[in-house]
Amino acid sequence: MIYDLGAPGRQGVQFPAPDVPLAELPQVHLRKDLPLPEVGELEALRHYTRLSQLNHSILTGFYPLGSCTMKYNPVINEDTARLSGFAYAHPLQPAGMVQGSLAIMYHLQEWLAEITGMAASSLQPAAGAHGELAGVMMIRAYHQQRGDTKRNKILIPDSAHGTNPATSAMSGYRVVEIPSDSRGNVDLAALKAECDDTLAGFMLTNPNTLGLFEEQVVEAIEAVHAAGGLVYGDGANMNALLGVCRPGDLGFDVIHLNLHKTFTTPHGGGGPGSGPVCVAQHLADFLPGPIAGIAQQASEGEAPEYDWVMPKDSIGRLKAFHGQFGMHVRAFTYILMQGAEGLKAVAEHAVLNANYLKARLEGAYKVAYDRPCMHEVVLEGRWADTPDVHALDISKRLMDYGFHPPTNYFPLIVREALMIEPTETEDKATLDAFAEAMLKIAEEAHSEPDTLRNAPHTTKFGRMDEVKAARQLVLCCEFPRSGEA
Amino acid sequence: MLKTIGVAEVSQLFAGIPAKARYPKLNLPEPLTEMEARGELESIAAANDSTYDLVSFLGAGAYSHYIPSGVDSILRRGEYYTAYTPYQPEISQGTLQAIFEYQSLIVALTGMEVSNASHYDGATALAEAVNMARVIQRGARKKVILSPGLHPQYRATVHTYEHGSDVQLLGEDLDLSAGPEALIELIDEDTSLVAVAYPDFFGRIYDYTALAAAAHAKGALLAVSVNPTALGLLRPPGEFGADIVTGEGQPLGIPLSFGGPYLGILATKQEYVRSLAGRLVGETLDNRGQRGYVLTLSTREQHIKREKASSNICTNQGLMMLAATVYTSLLGKQGLRQVAESCYHKAHYAAAQIGKLKGFSLAYGDTPFFHEFVVKAPLPAAELNRRLLERGIIGGYALGADYPGLEDCSLLAVTEVNSKEEIDFLVESLKEVSRG
Repeated sequence: MIYDLGAPGRQGVQFPAPDVPLAELPQVHLRKDLPLPEVGELEALRHYTRLSQLNHSILTGFYPLGSCTMKYNPVINEDTARLSGFAYAHPLQPAGMVQGSLAIMYHLQEWLAEITGMAASSLQPAAGAHGELAGVMMIRAYHQQRGDTKRNKILIPDSAHGTNPATSAMSGYRVVEIPSDSRGNVDLAALKAECDDTLAGFMLTNPNTLGLFEEQVVEAIEAVHAAGGLVYGDGANMNALLGVCRPGDLGFDVIHLNLHKTFTTPHGGGGPGSGPVCVAQHLADFLPGPIAGIAQQASEGEAPEYDWVMPKDSIGRLKAFHGQFGMHVRAFTYILMQGAEGLKAVAEHAVLNANYLKARLEGAYKVAYDRPCMHEVVLEGRWADTPDVHALDISKRLMDYGFHPPTNYFPLIVREALMIEPTETEDKATLDAFAEAMLKIAEEAHSEPDTLRNAPHTTKFGRMDEVKAARQLVLCCEFPRSGEA
Repeated sequence: MLKTIGVAEVSQLFAGIPAKARYPKLNLPEPLTEMEARGELESIAAANDSTYDLVSFLGAGAYSHYIPSGVDSILRRGEYYTAYTPYQPEISQGTLQAIFEYQSLIVALTGMEVSNASHYDGATALAEAVNMARVIQRGARKKVILSPGLHPQYRATVHTYEHGSDVQLLGEDLDLSAGPEALIELIDEDTSLVAVAYPDFFGRIYDYTALAAAAHAKGALLAVSVNPTALGLLRPPGEFGADIVTGEGQPLGIPLSFGGPYLGILATKQEYVRSLAGRLVGETLDNRGQRGYVLTLSTREQHIKREKASSNICTNQGLMMLAATVYTSLLGKQGLRQVAESCYHKAHYAAAQIGKLKGFSLAYGDTPFFHEFVVKAPLPAAELNRRLLERGIIGGYALGADYPGLEDCSLLAVTEVNSKEEIDFLVESLKEVSRG
């Protein structure tokens, strides 16, 4: 702990004394004590460098965490986001002074709309779940404007991310869960049975969280539209579709994108994300704003003039300022370097890699739904003849082989799920090494199950007592009292 | 690989996609190499006139501070920025411990008992506090009082979040010169939450002790939206009875970056921990007896509770949280106080000098302030800023856009990065440009 280091009086960075006459401090408002660490610069940097070495990361190893799309984040992105013109731009500077930032946002809005087959977009949402909130609010605003007030339910497949139902409930909707059929698709008959005049919308992840393309997606969308509902696309899995298929062409009305997944902005140990929303024409006026627009078209030798625009019937502002701008620069850089062909290659390689792992592992593991997968494959981490071995044990054992485990226990509808997403940025040698480890673990599950159940063995830390953490809550450290070390 | 899979070509793997929607032609620019892309981005960035090139006194929720080199050197470590949510604690202790330390630092700064692992930004943290209060009171109370001294964009965000709900927002139209007493009069038995800013949007420092007591007397909660730099100097909200502390963590080592990504601070009392949105990291032991950290109380969260969760949040601002942790550790006990005092003294010097100028006055001169203050000028603020810009100065925030009637008022921010020379140049420039 940083608080365990240092000594009274130490300070990692000094600041110059004020070069102005001192003012009287407001004594009644002053704090008596500020219990912060007292460490030197080297102590602090050594501490946080050592901590970093306790992390598995893309830069240190394979990270096939399904649904999270842990692809390589190009280093150039980190440089462009830090260019002084961007990093030192204040969000409230007049538009005329920040034409560069507005140009980035304008083009990114246009490109994301093009990639998803939509008419317009807003970069304001700060994360995927924030984008979902924007999407559901737009659906609500659309119905309200039409005076269509009895629509009070949203349909969500049982395989969906937990954010979908949570978002719908936050927006005041009743959530109705739709089961999946035997091929891993949304059960079309069950969906149709709920398509009535109380239907506000349907939230669909496609490819779904089983890694499968919804085979009847067009019919499902038509059924919802016929009942007067709108269709929300959870863009979590857009990496599989780049340049191959546009949700807008399939009939989706709104979709969010996760820039940190599909467009290589860093995951950063959990964030920041960025969750732009793209919409079809009939929702464009409802976008959260303001968004970047063109005030004066480009003319000969002159760049266009950008300005802020508030969409006519906007649901409003979703956060302060303009979204996660630093992430917009990174995504812009990525798309600029990929182009249309590059994006298509991303999806093709991502899908190829996932199907390769599926082919290498099926037999040793049960594949939850046996048909070509998209960018991720869901296996069952259990065997009837060795019932005490669980998916979690397989995951922990993978750490001994130097790999980050797949996603466990999601989607909820697959027992002992292991959701593997290799991404396009891994080569065959890495995939083979991972497949070998998985095959070896399948053998161990039968020959020496305890090795799995007690794994990991070679990592610096063993299995954590999560029950203790929840029962005896310790969420912050003890502070040194004033005057003590 | 194709042979192992059993297909002749990759396109066969996409056969499930309706043919008419397969392989669209995308209208995107031709791809650039890294060298070309860097050049292109450099040229776009150069189209901005930023606070890097000009002298700036613009704040209003986003502040220029010196960021020690050590902060970004840690942020750029691939082990941090290319890792994800620490779902597997055995190989994610770096991120987990950093979050635990962040939670501890925020608790220390705010005087609260628990902090989450961070939220999107100051505005969404406030919106989350409104929801949180409703959850704590099981939806029984409908009125939420928003101080007019809260950032206008934060209030706008709360309006967006609460649109269509039965929450009634009030208080925003109170007189701007009225203090917390005016809010007290609005509190009744149906009040869920009173939300104020500290310092407020206009830079003013109020003692909210009486407001907290009045809220609690009626069973309402108090949320305080803070600037963390000010907490290097000022009494923490925990001391005067805040139930929830929200805030914008950007001043803690995070660049302006045109408004994001920033850091939402969200902290509360131990008794409300189960209603606190977002991730939490807790301390525990591993099976070898070593101290370690895990994500905990996840049964509150959307991936378990789904539609019954009180929030859909499933992330934190990981890298920004790390920046704030490293920044706060590097500055430490004395450093943060130094920065806060430096901001205070410089702002007061600037205010005093500007207050002496003919035609200029301080709008709330009698109220203590931190590092921001409102200047009433003899010409419209927008026009004043245009003239300052001709001299290479980014002026204050023109308040007229958010507060009709304050067209001649600017909100000026002065921090430790503004030298006396810059302040004197501002004062001299104000004198000259106001002559017409």
